[in-house]
Amino acid sequence: MLDKRLLQEARRTRCFLWLTIILGLFSACFIVLQAGLLARIINRVFLEGQGLAEVKIMLGLLLAVFLGRAVVTWLSEVFSHKTAAGIKEDLRQRLLSHLFTLGPNKIKDESTGELVNSLVEGVETLEAYFARYLPQLALAALVPLFILGFVFPLDLLSGGIMLLTAPLIPLFMILIGKWADSLSRKQWQSLSRMSAHFLDVLQGITTLKLFGRSRAQLEVIARVSDRFRETTLGVLRVAFLSALALELLSTLSTALVAVGLGLRLVYGRILFEEAIFILLLAPEFYLPLRLLGTQFHAGMAGVSAAERIYAILESDNKQETNREQEINEEEKINKVKRTKKETKIEQDTDKIQATDNKQDTNKEKHYIKRELSQEQFKELKVMENGLSGLRLKCAENSFLLMENVYYAYDRRQGEVLKGVSFKFSVGERVALVGESGAGKSTVAGLLMGFIKPDLGKIVCSSQGALLCLDSPHPNNEGQGEQWSSGSVLTKWRENIALVPQHAHLFSGTVADNILLGRTDASREEVVAAAKLAGAHDFISRLAQGYDTPVGEGGTNLSGGQVQRLALARAFLKEAPFLILDEATSGLEEAGEARIQEALEYLRPARGVLIIAHRLALAAQADRILVLSEGRIVEEGKHEELLQRRGVYYRLVKAYGGAA
Amino acid sequence: MKDFLSLLKLLKPYRLGIVIALLFSFLTVVSNVGLMAVSAVLISWAALHPPILDLMTTIVAVRFFGISRAVFRYLERYFSHDVTFKILKTLRIDFYSKLEPLAPACLKAYRSGDLLARLVGEVEALKDFYLRVLAPPLTAFLVLIGVFIFLSDFDLKFALVFLVFYFLTGIIIPLTLKRLSRGLKEEMLEVKADLNARLVDSIQGMTEITVYGQAENQLRLVAGLGGKLARLQGKMAGFSGLTQAGSQIAMNLAGWCVLVLAIPMVASGRLEGIFLAMLPLCVGTSFEAVASLPLVFSYWEESRTAWKRLREVTEAPNYLFSQAHEPQSQARTLTQHLSLTQTLGQSQPQTQTPVPVQIPTPNSSTAKIPTLTPEPNPNPNKTGTQEKVISVPELTGQYSLEIKDLWFRYSPEEPWIFRGVSFNILQGEKVALTGPSGAGKSTLVNLLLRFYEYEIGTIKLGGKELKSYRPEDIRQVFGVVSQTTHLFNTTIRENLLLAKPSATEQEMWEAAKKAKIHDFIQSLPQGYDTYIGEGGYKLSGGQRQRVAIARALLKNAPILVLDEATANLDALAEREVLESLLELFQARTVLVIAHRRAPVKKMDKVIDLPSVQYE
Ligand SMILES: Nc1ncnc2c1ncn2[C@@H]1O[C@H](COP(=O)(O)OP(=O)(O)OP(=O)(O)O)[C@@H](O)[C@H]1O
Ligand SMILES: Nc1ncnc2c1ncn2[C@@H]1O[C@H](COP(=O)(O)OP(=O)(O)OP(=O)(O)O)[C@@H](O)[C@H]1O
Ligand SMILES: [Mg+2]
Ligand SMILES: [Mg+2]
Repeated sequence: MLDKRLLQEARRTRCFLWLTIILGLFSACFIVLQAGLLARIINRVFLEGQGLAEVKIMLGLLLAVFLGRAVVTWLSEVFSHKTAAGIKEDLRQRLLSHLFTLGPNKIKDESTGELVNSLVEGVETLEAYFARYLPQLALAALVPLFILGFVFPLDLLSGGIMLLTAPLIPLFMILIGKWADSLSRKQWQSLSRMSAHFLDVLQGITTLKLFGRSRAQLEVIARVSDRFRETTLGVLRVAFLSALALELLSTLSTALVAVGLGLRLVYGRILFEEAIFILLLAPEFYLPLRLLGTQFHAGMAGVSAAERIYAILESDNKQETNREQEINEEEKINKVKRTKKETKIEQDTDKIQATDNKQDTNKEKHYIKRELSQEQFKELKVMENGLSGLRLKCAENSFLLMENVYYAYDRRQGEVLKGVSFKFSVGERVALVGESGAGKSTVAGLLMGFIKPDLGKIVCSSQGALLCLDSPHPNNEGQGEQWSSGSVLTKWRENIALVPQHAHLFSGTVADNILLGRTDASREEVVAAAKLAGAHDFISRLAQGYDTPVGEGGTNLSGGQVQRLALARAFLKEAPFLILDEATSGLEEAGEARIQEALEYLRPARGVLIIAHRLALAAQADRILVLSEGRIVEEGKHEELLQRRGVYYRLVKAYGGAA
Repeated sequence: MKDFLSLLKLLKPYRLGIVIALLFSFLTVVSNVGLMAVSAVLISWAALHPPILDLMTTIVAVRFFGISRAVFRYLERYFSHDVTFKILKTLRIDFYSKLEPLAPACLKAYRSGDLLARLVGEVEALKDFYLRVLAPPLTAFLVLIGVFIFLSDFDLKFALVFLVFYFLTGIIIPLTLKRLSRGLKEEMLEVKADLNARLVDSIQGMTEITVYGQAENQLRLVAGLGGKLARLQGKMAGFSGLTQAGSQIAMNLAGWCVLVLAIPMVASGRLEGIFLAMLPLCVGTSFEAVASLPLVFSYWEESRTAWKRLREVTEAPNYLFSQAHEPQSQARTLTQHLSLTQTLGQSQPQTQTPVPVQIPTPNSSTAKIPTLTPEPNPNPNKTGTQEKVISVPELTGQYSLEIKDLWFRYSPEEPWIFRGVSFNILQGEKVALTGPSGAGKSTLVNLLLRFYEYEIGTIKLGGKELKSYRPEDIRQVFGVVSQTTHLFNTTIRENLLLAKPSATEQEMWEAAKKAKIHDFIQSLPQGYDTYIGEGGYKLSGGQRQRVAIARALLKNAPILVLDEATANLDALAEREVLESLLELFQARTVLVIAHRRAPVKKMDKVIDLPSVQYE
């Protein structure tokens, strides 16, 4: 019942813990004093026939003792809370920040409801552990010894009974504790599972209704609650049983002591005053042990919760290390060959690309403007004027490079990416296309550093700084900073803005949600970003404009509106790279054209990677990468790829030849 | 008080268990009093050196109390916790069953983390209602009576002194604490719910948080909330320490006063000396029963707040449901202004009282709920009192949709989304619904499914007004993949079977094949039993959508509605899915909402939402 890690935590607030324990000892002193005084008074009055006047002083002293005890009680309550408060807050912070470092991909393996339960309820249960269980544990060892010190000199037999029964109590507790341990863990799990289930149901309640299944959930909730009740009662039954054993031991021994004292009194082997003193102390002797028994359940709950908490804190990529080694061995030979070849190719294509880009830019602009109607053109002009607010940092010579990257979510499912290499620079607009499930979002996740490549490396060069994310391969050491250090990731992510496939809006206002891109942006900049994303029009039509609250996940906005906010947010971020993962799938064609325009406007300051199924968007990119079967199988401009009649050609044809 | 009574009502079915638990808790205290009192008598008596045999009864009594206390305590705890957990289950079911009819229209104001806090946390907090609010005063009262009678047998003065201090600890101190900590518990619960909601938001929005480097910010916010919670708890601990100290003093003082009163009586021989030790001990130990009373009010506040927060959700008035007539009259003047009186004359909902959408839930008879048996029929509600008024037409055969002069807005403060939309969809037609984002396409689906109620105009399904059907029946008619379809954190199989729990493996496969996802599922190591993670996160965007489509197909409803359901599919897959759908739904209605051209082109008819509005 003593979790090493929890004790480690307790060190942080050990002074409060010590204070609580010392106060407990003080309290024990007062108890002994009180019993002594009381016994003496009773003895004097009962056997020596004294009256009120003679025992006056002692009665007064008794009052003083009461006061002392009360003060001690109050202080120890305050200090014991302080012991817990510091630890709890610290632990919660560490948990959450650990979750943040794990990143979205890792964390999604867990369920939100369960995590939240651990973060809130789990941490709260530690209060009982630190504030009550832990100090009580110390007191249960110290106070009985202290009291024994008074009993033994007076009466060996009573002392003997106490001494013999006292160790039985912890023994019982350990025995029962072992048994209850697994139960209590089960209970914690079932509470967590219940939270997870309920959150899932609450978030999917509309879908359930659609299928006429929402009422059926009543039954499930009844079942889940019942299971929870059963496991909890199971734990409690054991806890109660341990309490029963404790209580039985303590009351029975008190009775034994009392009867023994009575019998010896009859034969005059002990003094009355001593006997009554011991009788008064007997329940106090067992009290700390019994209290420990009642805190026991709380203590166990704390340990169970702590286990989950530490499991989260310690979760990292342990498992994967094995996997990496496997792959490393498999691919070692291949890799060396391949990388050499491919870097060469990279460099070659780079040169070509660089020259290509310049020519394309002009063509591209021309192309779009031709497409725009007169009206849209005017709108664009207005838009551009309104954009003066948005800061655009030029970041020339920055590039993002993926080299021979392998990735598998689950080895049994096979690798999603099998050696993907590409590079793109600021000023370029690159499209990544491929069938659904080809691994495009995976590429985005890798580029963001949410997941790390099993093999291969990802390099970002921005403003002269070279950052490198690579698989923790022993040979790669010294190449920039290592993956594991959080600071690299933070720096890395400063360079990239991503609009994920399913954008999340936070509960807060529209402006808050856009501001997420850059918290220190002014309102003008927010408006400029919204205009750029084509969101300004609808926002200004909202009842409170930019200060309209959006529900969690944007429930009171349409799908396209959510996407526009997510885009505005990404535009606001001053990162040299922008990744759009299906970010325009909910926009109408005019809206999409507008995003094209925005990207054009941002071109000098941004390198853009567009992941899209709407090939119209892809067709206008400077370069199209076609991902298929884990590799980039085709690469080039729209017309080139069409001529090649490969994967891209088939996709375009299916799309209806629109592009 | 009202809250208290309504909570008491909840306990009614369990009164037997409660009485038993109370009895045992009374006996527990009595045993303890007995043990100490009889022991004191025994020792005092023994000091007078009587023959051993005289002591035998007291010795037996001591031993009996020594055992009985532990046994009674065990029984008391067992029964009271059993009752408590049964109550919790009732509460959870009750809450959900009231919540369910409200979704999504009335729930969008709540964050799901907040709702979760209510469903789990608040219900958990109500656990204390019996254990810590109701039981302690009742036990204390029983003990009071017992001890009072016992003491007055010796002298009424003892009994009165006891009474005074007992009241002090049992009533005065609790009341003081209540005054001191007013509102503290309520604030604590709110902070906790906030914390919950904030955490759900940050975990589900983790991608954005990491992308935009907001981790620090979120941590700070959470730390702020955690700090606030700790501060409140600290205050609470201070107060509870004070009251503990106070009741301790009162208990000791009571014993002390009794002693002071008894001493002269012993000296003057009016009281036998052997009872001198017993009396203060008896008084002191009986205070065990009031020890937990100081916290009663704070637990009560917690329970009441929790109860209030539970009911806040389920009893909130809602514009769309309860005040439907008011905006109607407003709307009428507007439409009259637009001289559309002719259509208005036809739309009967104008005069009809708004149809209550609330499904009669078994809330009033909570007693029945725990015995809820599986209901194979998804519409367990026969005719509730409210719905008797309207005869519920059967939905058979004919599923044409007629929308005429439809006006709708989400709330009176918001602008109209539909201003007189009219169009028809015949049965078997394949229709594409288009329009810029924000035009109201998804809103129309919401209206068709009666997740929201429209104000003016008519929607006719199979020739009859939509409002005359029961919402559940309507939802049977539509197979929908909504824009925000939710996949549950379970296996693919269970997600699919949601649509039709009785479906055979064959049917399920068939649906998956039509949605072009079967091959992929089969390629997974665990096939249909693969866990797909929260929100189907372990699938790619397009795979998720195809699972959702398969689910809608499995439902095999007469009308299929796909709201942007293929937006994340590649062009090839999209074409295949649409083709197989159209083949499957040859005779049935298909309504597709899409921005892409390909799905639109495949349909017989295109309805452009902005262009079918009056204006
Ligand atoms: N967290 C995960 N765990 C396990 N498998 C995953 C996970 N995420 C994705 N996959 C699998 O990896 C493959 C690639 O997924 P990814 O999301 O990268 O595809 P995508 O190209 O973005 O597809 P789409 O266009 O449909 O969004 C899919 O087969 C998918 O099932
Ligand atoms: N629950 C809601 N409460 C209040 N307003 C809403 C709600 N849902 C949508 N709206 C508003 O109603 C309008 C229509 O939304 P709707 O979701 O119907 O658009 P849509 O045509 O489906 O657009 P998209 O193509 O982007 O999905 C939008 O302006 C939106 O902000
Ligand atoms: Mg994807
Ligand atoms: Mg929509």
